[in-house]
Amino acid sequence: MAPEIHPFVILFASVFTGNILLTNFLGMCSFISISKDMKSANGLGLAVTVVLTITSAANWVVLEYVLIPYNLVVYRYIVFIVVIAATVQMLEMIIDRVSPALYMSLGIFLPLITVNCAILGVALFMQIREYNFWQTIAFGFGSGLGWWLAIMALAAIQKKVSRAPVPSGLQGPGITLITIGFMALAFVGFSGMLNVQ
Amino acid sequence: MSDVSPRTVLWKNLWTDNPIFVQILGICSTLAVTNNLANTLIMTVAVIFVTGLTNVTVSVMKSLIPRKVRMIVQTLIIAFYVILVDIVLRAYLPEISKALGPYVGLIITNCIIMGRAEAFAQANPPAIALWDGLTSGAGYMGVLVIVAVIRELLGSGSLLGFRIFGQNFIPWTIMVMPPSAFFLLGGLIWVAKTIMLRKEAE
Repeated sequence: MAPEIHPFVILFASVFTGNILLTNFLGMCSFISISKDMKSANGLGLAVTVVLTITSAANWVVLEYVLIPYNLVVYRYIVFIVVIAATVQMLEMIIDRVSPALYMSLGIFLPLITVNCAILGVALFMQIREYNFWQTIAFGFGSGLGWWLAIMALAAIQKKVSRAPVPSGLQGPGITLITIGFMALAFVGFSGMLNVQ
Repeated sequence: MSDVSPRTVLWKNLWTDNPIFVQILGICSTLAVTNNLANTLIMTVAVIFVTGLTNVTVSVMKSLIPRKVRMIVQTLIIAFYVILVDIVLRAYLPEISKALGPYVGLIITNCIIMGRAEAFAQANPPAIALWDGLTSGAGYMGVLVIVAVIRELLGSGSLLGFRIFGQNFIPWTIMVMPPSAFFLLGGLIWVAKTIMLRKEAE
């Protein structure tokens, strides 16, 4: 229940204190495999932010005007997934038509995003916390920015780690997870500032 | 196609090809609830159920699904089983269902399920596909239960809600916070990989 929280507060909270990746563990799969170089991390982060903002708004509209009036909330998982897949597909076609240059840098990441848990996670959180339209947009956009920030930071750290003497058993995913752990620890420091659930 | 006898599939999914240690798949949906053992058990059982049945369904329908739309069809099959889980949880375990919140729904995007459907069920008969789904779910469960036991024991001094340590125990607050899950999982992967590398060397 969150009718009184200002959208800007939600935006801030979803970037820092309630970072979707570091506190809710969402979007890990592509996060770990892509975070190896800065350039693709940047592309994926941008794509996630764009898709999250658009799909969270689209899902809110579908939830509010179709699922709730017709009492179909039980089927929200299927509906959200279909909305996300359709939005991503449309976005891919539009970008391809409008700007081939952008398509080259962004387009290849779009299909990956459909199965990114962060996108569905934001839609489900939005439903459970009963956000209104502007709160939903702020939450979607903020979560995207938070994810982008986290993947860029991790890619930068990974560059340093790649030259460090890591024990052979820890190389690869092991050290990545521990690095993410330290990042999460740093982000816990933000949580004293404000707490939005 | 490599060897697909039930025994090698079991061994592969539980250890040499463990979905978490080796493939780092599907930790998104479940890592968040590992600060409580009971929730973790429910979530992982749900994942085993969905993975097994999705594998059977995909395997039975593999000749009927056009290749081009198979991803979305697989997602819909997974979503169907997850909705079943959600309804059952809400009817019989309403409190746990509330505590799990959105994470039940997020089983849909758990990469293990789609990964097994793509990699195994597409090419194998239903019976062995079911076995593959169940065992890879079990391999996933094993690792996360270890994480959950450590986190609940040290974070709140209890297991499944029963107090293990006495009154004087000071809970490790870090263990109920998100960073500890990353550290523990990283540590477990380290241990498992070291053992595997040592075996390989021999």
